[in-house]
Amino acid sequence: MTRHPEELVAHLSQQAMELRRMVVDMIFCAQSGHPGGSLSAADIVTALVFHKLRIDPADPHWPERDRFILSKGHAAPLLYAALAVRGFFPQEELKTLRQLDSRLQGHPDRLKTPGVEMTAGALGHGLAIGVGLALTARLDCLPYRTYVLLGDGEIQAGVIWEGALFAAKYGLENLTAIVDYNGVQLDGFVRDIMPLEPVVDKWRSFGWHVMEIHGHNMRQILEALDAADDIHGKPAVVIAHTTKGKGVSFMEDDCAWHGRAPTAEQCDLAMCELGAEDHD
Amino acid sequence: MRIAYGKALAAYGAENPDVVVLDADVSKSTQTHYFAARFPERFFNLGVAEAGMLDTAVGFALGGKIPFVNTFAFLLSLRCAEQVRTCVAYARTNVKLIGAYAGLSDAFDGPTHHAIVDVAVLRSMPNVTVLVAADAVEAAKLVPVVAEYDGPVYLRVSRAEMPTVFDGNHQPQIGKGTLLRAGEDVTLIACGVMVARTLEAAERLSKKGINARVLAMASLKPLDREMILASAAESGAIVTAEEHSEIGGLGSAVAELLAGEQPVPVVRVGIPDTFTETGPYEALLDRYGMSVEAIVSAALRAVQLRL
Repeated sequence: MTRHPEELVAHLSQQAMELRRMVVDMIFCAQSGHPGGSLSAADIVTALVFHKLRIDPADPHWPERDRFILSKGHAAPLLYAALAVRGFFPQEELKTLRQLDSRLQGHPDRLKTPGVEMTAGALGHGLAIGVGLALTARLDCLPYRTYVLLGDGEIQAGVIWEGALFAAKYGLENLTAIVDYNGVQLDGFVRDIMPLEPVVDKWRSFGWHVMEIHGHNMRQILEALDAADDIHGKPAVVIAHTTKGKGVSFMEDDCAWHGRAPTAEQCDLAMCELGAEDHD
Repeated sequence: MRIAYGKALAAYGAENPDVVVLDADVSKSTQTHYFAARFPERFFNLGVAEAGMLDTAVGFALGGKIPFVNTFAFLLSLRCAEQVRTCVAYARTNVKLIGAYAGLSDAFDGPTHHAIVDVAVLRSMPNVTVLVAADAVEAAKLVPVVAEYDGPVYLRVSRAEMPTVFDGNHQPQIGKGTLLRAGEDVTLIACGVMVARTLEAAERLSKKGINARVLAMASLKPLDREMILASAAESGAIVTAEEHSEIGGLGSAVAELLAGEQPVPVVRVGIPDTFTETGPYEALLDRYGMSVEAIVSAALRAVQLRL
């Protein structure tokens, strides 16, 4: 495996922090949205959108592009910020999140937003959709890879495990799932609402290659995504241990911040903690 | 009818390499085994996992394939309703939903297997085209129509051996009805197995001196507006006949159109607001409000209401 240069890792980590600031700002402007799960997934989404995915903002429908399905659609602000910075649409548009006539719906809409592969919001769909995409790539002999980002609460849905069975049946080595395992869902801690452990054993017993990483360690994320490329005959899943609300002390590990907008004062504080130099 | 569908799908598969077929462990019932035998690499049996099958079809559609999703109509319309709403209808993915064993046609398996609200559910979703095949000829002819239309389609097919209504020249189209019998006194609009029963009812009505027009309406959404509005204006009385709950199906669609555009009496023949039971198919149709006599009575009532 190639070792990723320090500069790349540092650059991507900084990019993730920038996306976190944008997310908080967008949700503050909209006074509506889901900060917790966007902040937890920021490093993973950065690694994908700014490094791993072969995508082209000038040609969003390029047939050979890698596919990224954000199955946990409530992290839409994070996806929008990443796509805007990556050049799929103007960054000024981010301020229109959740407003009437905006291309940035409350949850991703593939028909409205350039770069959004699939509509999401109702949880549970992404993995089986990824199976269909991965099977299409195989039928058409196309080299693209399909990535599906799942929430941890989301994998309580039975249909996720239907998709897990399908992917194993067809040995989809061109499919990578990532679980944003932040341990907190809307109503409380995952371990209290509906425990997932032993989650690694579950995926393994379903026929998947499982990797477990620290989901805020950029180097580990990059290495796991690369390692998935080298798995043959089965799909790969990365269990990424993360912190809900990562980077904003008062949002961390608190289910109250699953879907709540900050006040002006909280927004300032959050920006400060996220390293904003001059926030007004 | 189901065999005609299965064979037509396999034949069309040879013409169009983009077609993929998904089934949920009922390929011997839906007759997708014909396709599976010819194109095993494009056939995916995903087991008893209908919701996951639907999402997988969405993935195929995103990749540019034309997925035909097959299972029993009640599962497709109810178990998969949220998949269809979010990922097919709202996301406008090119998924073809084929509801097998629709209506009461899986008669002896009973109310769990009868599909009496499928049209109501799917017709209410924006972006979804809803088609109901009347016989084997129409079911087969609809396969390329469904495949070549760009967008979500629900096609309802039956388990029953249905009387043949159409000859080989019939060419069903989305948004178009078919005039089967001319008449000015009342217009009978039917879909599915009720088309044959409605033609029989029209014969009986003629003996009573009532000249009924008969329209076959395979396309429930979009409806053939022009044809229905013209018939309402010309005959002044409408009867609808369908193998579905009276709530939400063809009768509702026609009544919704006419209430706003051309108000005339509309009498609906269908399953009253009740669950059904196990029994022989034809007897069930008669028991649950869909006898030829029920259509005749409805026509007489519609004519009476017009006066």
